[in-house]
Amino acid sequence: MNKKSIVQAVMLATALSAPFAMAADKPVVGLITKTNTNPFFVKMREGAQHKADAMGIELRTFSGKFDGDNQSQVQAVENLISAGAKGILITPSDPAGIVPAIERAREAGLLVIALDTPLSPATAADATFATDNFKAGEMIGQWAAATLGDKAATAKIAMLDLNSSQITVDVARDQGFLKGFGIDLNDPDRIGDETDPRIVGNDVTSGAEEGGRRAMENMLQKDPEINVVYTINEPAAAGAYEALKSAGRADDVLIVSVDGGCPGVENVKDGVIGATSMQFPLRMASMGVDAILKFATTGEKPQTTEGLDFVNTGVELITDKPVSHIGAKSSSEGLTMCWG
Amino acid sequence: MANSSTLKTTETADHELVAASAGGEVASFEKETLSLVEKTHRFFHANPTAAPAIVLLLAVIAFSIIIGERFLHPFNMSLILQQVTIIGILGIAQTLIILTAGIDLSVGAIMVLTSVIMGKMAIDIGLPAEIALLAGIAAGAIAGYINGILVTLFRLPPFIVTLGTWNIFFALNLWYSKSETIRSQAIEQTAPLLHWTGHTVEFFGAKLTYGSLLMVALFALIWYALNWTAWGKHVYATGDDPGAASLAGIRTNRILMSVYIVAGAICAIGAWALIGRIGSVSPQAGMTANLDSITAVVIGGCSLFGGRGSIFGTLIGALVVGVFRNGLALAGVDVLWQEFTVGLLIIVAVGMDQWIRKV
Amino acid sequence: MNNDKATVLQARGLVKRYGHVTALDGADFDLYPGEILAVIGDNGAGKSSLIKALSGALVPDRGTVKLDNETVNFKSPMDARNAGIETVYQNLAVAPSLDIADNLYLGREQLRPGILGKVFRMLDKKAMHDNARQKLSELGLLTIQNINQAVETLSGGQRQGVAVARSAAFAKHVVIMDEPTAALGVKESRRVLNLIKDVRDRGLSVVLISHNMPHVFEVADRIHIHRLGKRHAVIKPDTHTMSEAVAIMTGAMDPHEHASGAFAA
Repeated sequence: MNKKSIVQAVMLATALSAPFAMAADKPVVGLITKTNTNPFFVKMREGAQHKADAMGIELRTFSGKFDGDNQSQVQAVENLISAGAKGILITPSDPAGIVPAIERAREAGLLVIALDTPLSPATAADATFATDNFKAGEMIGQWAAATLGDKAATAKIAMLDLNSSQITVDVARDQGFLKGFGIDLNDPDRIGDETDPRIVGNDVTSGAEEGGRRAMENMLQKDPEINVVYTINEPAAAGAYEALKSAGRADDVLIVSVDGGCPGVENVKDGVIGATSMQFPLRMASMGVDAILKFATTGEKPQTTEGLDFVNTGVELITDKPVSHIGAKSSSEGLTMCWG
Repeated sequence: MANSSTLKTTETADHELVAASAGGEVASFEKETLSLVEKTHRFFHANPTAAPAIVLLLAVIAFSIIIGERFLHPFNMSLILQQVTIIGILGIAQTLIILTAGIDLSVGAIMVLTSVIMGKMAIDIGLPAEIALLAGIAAGAIAGYINGILVTLFRLPPFIVTLGTWNIFFALNLWYSKSETIRSQAIEQTAPLLHWTGHTVEFFGAKLTYGSLLMVALFALIWYALNWTAWGKHVYATGDDPGAASLAGIRTNRILMSVYIVAGAICAIGAWALIGRIGSVSPQAGMTANLDSITAVVIGGCSLFGGRGSIFGTLIGALVVGVFRNGLALAGVDVLWQEFTVGLLIIVAVGMDQWIRKV
Repeated sequence: MNNDKATVLQARGLVKRYGHVTALDGADFDLYPGEILAVIGDNGAGKSSLIKALSGALVPDRGTVKLDNETVNFKSPMDARNAGIETVYQNLAVAPSLDIADNLYLGREQLRPGILGKVFRMLDKKAMHDNARQKLSELGLLTIQNINQAVETLSGGQRQGVAVARSAAFAKHVVIMDEPTAALGVKESRRVLNLIKDVRDRGLSVVLISHNMPHVFEVADRIHIHRLGKRHAVIKPDTHTMSEAVAIMTGAMDPHEHASGAFAA
């Protein structure tokens, strides 16, 4: 026998034995997050664990060491294939780079669902359960414009994004906000190419408080009269608020954000953040586990939400200063639904 | 043996001839004539902090010209000082360790862990803020002690040790905090002392935070210790030539332990500055702090091989990075180029250090 | 052997064994005040073990060491140093990036008097610099341009000068020098040899370990020849020739056969 057929024989034997090994055990589902530090993913994991325990599923969790750590996620996928998992839930750090590993998983018969961030191309996964990040941005943009009323025409806007990599989540929220506010997008797949004079500038925050503070300080130096601040997430918003407080402008500026974490909703209650778009990571994870179980028992794959190429896990506007024709929930209601 | 006496006389005579012809002084320190390059080299060798100081000055001048009054305004200058405060404080800790020819990859992790300890003790457990603060500093010292033990007792290379403790401290941080943030408002209500480093005082149009002033005070204190106490000389000697240091009677292990413990405590003070700046206690803070602190030390002219470098060089190194980041942001330059510039500064700094080191 | 003069440093019957290897086999040693005693011996003769026992780097299994006629038990080089025996090591033990004054006082820094010294632990830099300058010029190290110069900028001979000056400054009785001219060229060796003589002339006794016969014969008052773990002979440069010294050292010549006897006074 030549080398190739030996390898094939071994693989066949392994593949055949895997279901025998797993037959008596609980079905295995893998959850691979970008990192295990961001509370978003921590809560997602907790939600998945909860659901898995309730449904008698063994959940195996993995994560990258940092945002962008593709290698760890690839290894996790491979581990899950050889463990005979039924399906994988993944928030991809590198939406394009993870695709070959995902294809191998699907060839091996696993159901792969992307959570929060679509793969590139999105069809590389069997399904995507995500927040409509564009809508999330759009809602807070509309809210900001409506709250300012006439003053929206002369607003001064600071855009506090995630980083310089132009990743999908970052771009979607940024561009969604601008569209909602009423600003021409130029290229909707690119941050920072807009020409509207109301935009003072873009800066990056790494999605954390320190970055938020520094970016806000630098923006204020460019134009001390900024009165609207878009932030990529609530930690960045908290940092931006500290800078505004230090500059004595906290009461004159509208801060909007995305996430719906409990600290963020508390900040809405305290007036730090004007409005935030809430995401539902636990719902994402829970729906994902459900879908894999269904696939494992009936072979049925999940359907996408109408009009979108992913399953919308929902987004809600949380604010204590609602404006007409934009549906919103108050911060107290938000506190019952928040995560983290 | 008949010839022995004649042989001896001849040898002695030869010797005396040589002795007579050689110069009389044992060793003298002669005046030499030097070229401009050599003079520059001499100057920088004697004053390693001069190079980053010159870079800082040139950068401030350049950005003032490009951006104008908004850059040079006292408010912006004090803003830059605020922006470098945390890294400056961590840089002090890092400088001490690098002076001993070590390196500490865990400074950022110690900072975040101690910030979480301070926050949890004050808010969740409800201890008085002063106690929480001291507990955090003690925890920092203990973390430093762990690093020190592994380096001295187990003789493991500092790079490897702190690579390991970085992960360990970070994991402890996530576990203790459950990845949850303690909000600024909660801290302001229950333990406002933790925010003290963020409060400001006005000074001729500049807004200085107590955190920045604390940083400058720490720099001065450590400068004194390094230059005016025997301990400081021993730290330099231990990093420069540990064999020579122990032959001279210096207990190098004790010196190393003291350096790591002090560094850990300083990281905890950095945590206090962090809480003052970002308001909240966030387990995700300080992700890049480790490498940023090393960057400040390297650009400041401290040699990674130990035994050389001024502590104020680190302050200048931190300011150089701060000025470039602030200036490029004000000039509207894409963030990518900020990263590029910092990388360039590091390479130039290390290259200069190598050239300066040559005797 | 002259038992009339009092010895500064004396050892009797030193024994040190490492398993099957005997490094010191009942070795004796005598050093008189104000002399340069060279210690020579072939490789493996045990002379470095002897020196280590005298300087506290080695604790002998048996035997006594007396300093100024009082028995001492050195457990570490620091003990010997504290008793006034300074050693100039072959690698000099100077911190290259520190300056001359720093190095002179390394490990025994002087503090300012009063509160500044006791509470703030402030170094008395002026006093140390002044003392350093004085010590160096006492030993004929002329025209110090810059005592703040880092030691690494000095030449080999200049560094050796600093190391010798350090030992001379702090020694109370004895300076041990291990191969001081080994790494130096002709001119610099000359200078260091003169320096060694100066140290002796200032009242200290010098133990000089060296492989360099011409240097030994130039400066030594007496020469202790070590062989097979014992003191084999003591000769003088004016009674013996270099070739005879080498012959005795290697065993080619029986020291007792010499006209002046095995132990020249």
